[in-house]
Amino acid sequence: MSIVLSLIETVLREGFIYGLMAMGVYITYKILDFPDLSVDGTFPLGACIAAALLSFGAGHFTGPMAAVWPWLVCVIAFLAGAGAGCVTGLIHVKAGITDLLSGILVMTAMWSVNLIITGKSAILQFFNRPTIFNSAPVTLLPEGLYAHRQLLVVLVFAIVVKLLLDWFLKTKKGLLLRSAGDNHQFVTSLAKDQGKLKILGLALGNGCTALAGCMLAQLNENADINSGKGMVVMALAAVIMGTSIFKRVKFMKATTMAVLGAIVYKACLQVALQLGLPNHYLKLLMAVLLFLVLLSDRIKRKKKGGASGHAAAAK
Amino acid sequence: MPQPQSDASRKALVRLEHIEKIFNKDSVNEVTLFQDFNLTIYEGEFISVVGSNGSGKTTTLNLICGSLPVDGGRIWLGEKDITHMPEYRRNAAIGRVFQDPAKGTCPSLTILENMSLADNKGKPYGLSRGVNRKRIDFYKSQLELLHLGLEEKLDLQVGVLSGGQRQALALLIATLTPIDLLVLDEHTAALDPKSSENVMALTDEIVKAKGLTAIMVTHNLRFAVEYGTRLLMMDKGHCVIDSGPDGKEHYQIDDLLKVFNEISIECGN
Repeated sequence: MSIVLSLIETVLREGFIYGLMAMGVYITYKILDFPDLSVDGTFPLGACIAAALLSFGAGHFTGPMAAVWPWLVCVIAFLAGAGAGCVTGLIHVKAGITDLLSGILVMTAMWSVNLIITGKSAILQFFNRPTIFNSAPVTLLPEGLYAHRQLLVVLVFAIVVKLLLDWFLKTKKGLLLRSAGDNHQFVTSLAKDQGKLKILGLALGNGCTALAGCMLAQLNENADINSGKGMVVMALAAVIMGTSIFKRVKFMKATTMAVLGAIVYKACLQVALQLGLPNHYLKLLMAVLLFLVLLSDRIKRKKKGGASGHAAAAK
Repeated sequence: MPQPQSDASRKALVRLEHIEKIFNKDSVNEVTLFQDFNLTIYEGEFISVVGSNGSGKTTTLNLICGSLPVDGGRIWLGEKDITHMPEYRRNAAIGRVFQDPAKGTCPSLTILENMSLADNKGKPYGLSRGVNRKRIDFYKSQLELLHLGLEEKLDLQVGVLSGGQRQALALLIATLTPIDLLVLDEHTAALDPKSSENVMALTDEIVKAKGLTAIMVTHNLRFAVEYGTRLLMMDKGHCVIDSGPDGKEHYQIDDLLKVFNEISIECGN
């Protein structure tokens, strides 16, 4: 029984972390209709920044700063990811390169950038350094909760990011961003540059992705430059699964759906592994899962087409 | 060929001067549409433009709005040279309704959200609340002008509205904030006869109520004769009829059809 419980905790823990990324990809893929491949590069970017800054910081900071530093690193990772997202956006908007290729260019370039950050090592470990999972205020948790501190921290992060995104999408800028993906001519008619909005959306999406990478690295106390492989596939599957499974639930926000989708997806993978699927089959399973999700999404759309074809296309 | 009457007492709003426009430049399909094309839109005018396909009507609108670049000549808006201004910047002073009702609104946003976005045109889109609840009464009063009952459906997604409803909403949205010029690009062409009548009548009401300057491209000769203050007929990049500001009542549908047929015979159709 306790094995099942700890497995569930693992699924939730990773689900919430990847949920951060899924919320970011929700912005680029669902809102902006931009298939952004750069997340394969910005996820490890967050991880590498965490590893480099935390192993560096520990020797230099003492007292309160040592406790604040891991949280600050999360902000830095978000900003770095946002910067990389801006680059993807600029390549697409200013240089007129297609959306897919812009993402591929940044994803490829990120490989080198990440190696530069880690100092040429593919895996950078930072055991026993202060991280968000062992610094204040986590250390103040009562004993019972402290055992579940990892889950609690990622849960709080997921909720905070979700609430921030929900709030943002209701502001004037957020509404304009939503309209940019919906109907770019509308944005132009409002005398606004839709290119800038695309860049903003990509910055947010990749910022969330790098934050997720940063948290995973702090959780595992190491950064793996290869950890980005398949992130696009995972995030897309999470977003599409989440939005199609939970779309009938009233008052549930799309950001919540994205996080829940990530958890469902992680659970599927975990079940397969527990049933004895060898580890090296994992990426194959991930790809197959996304294929099935896309296929069922397509079939559903076809069924809905015809009578209310327009409304379906609008979604 | 009748030339536009230049009237010193009228203020020019838009001036197209010596416009050149060539499509598929430097290829075997090169087509020169405009060569030294001139058009002045005066303040307060409501121009109806008719003409066969490929005569340059919609291209004229695209050049004014900046959706297409010119190959030569200058475009003026008031005293400002807007020849090289990007489309989105020109739109600060221009409202446009397209033939496709889907282009003027956002399908996945609600009517209220669409109107709130449009209401903010010309101001920065910052981090304050997107929907200002205090303006709801104003939005409702505007929607009532459409007589479609949309004021009771503020929270409905625009994507589920019919084409006629969406186009009426698009018209309202394009004119919600003060603009210098309203551009109507065959905006009734994709609608059924009844909706198209409705939207046309609404257009006339709004243009008159708000005192707008407007240019409308249409294939409906009756609309062109009945509505507006000046009539243009275009063919192969030239104005073959320009009623000028005072001569519009001299033209009837039959006159237009006659010219239309002559043009078509020349083309061998």
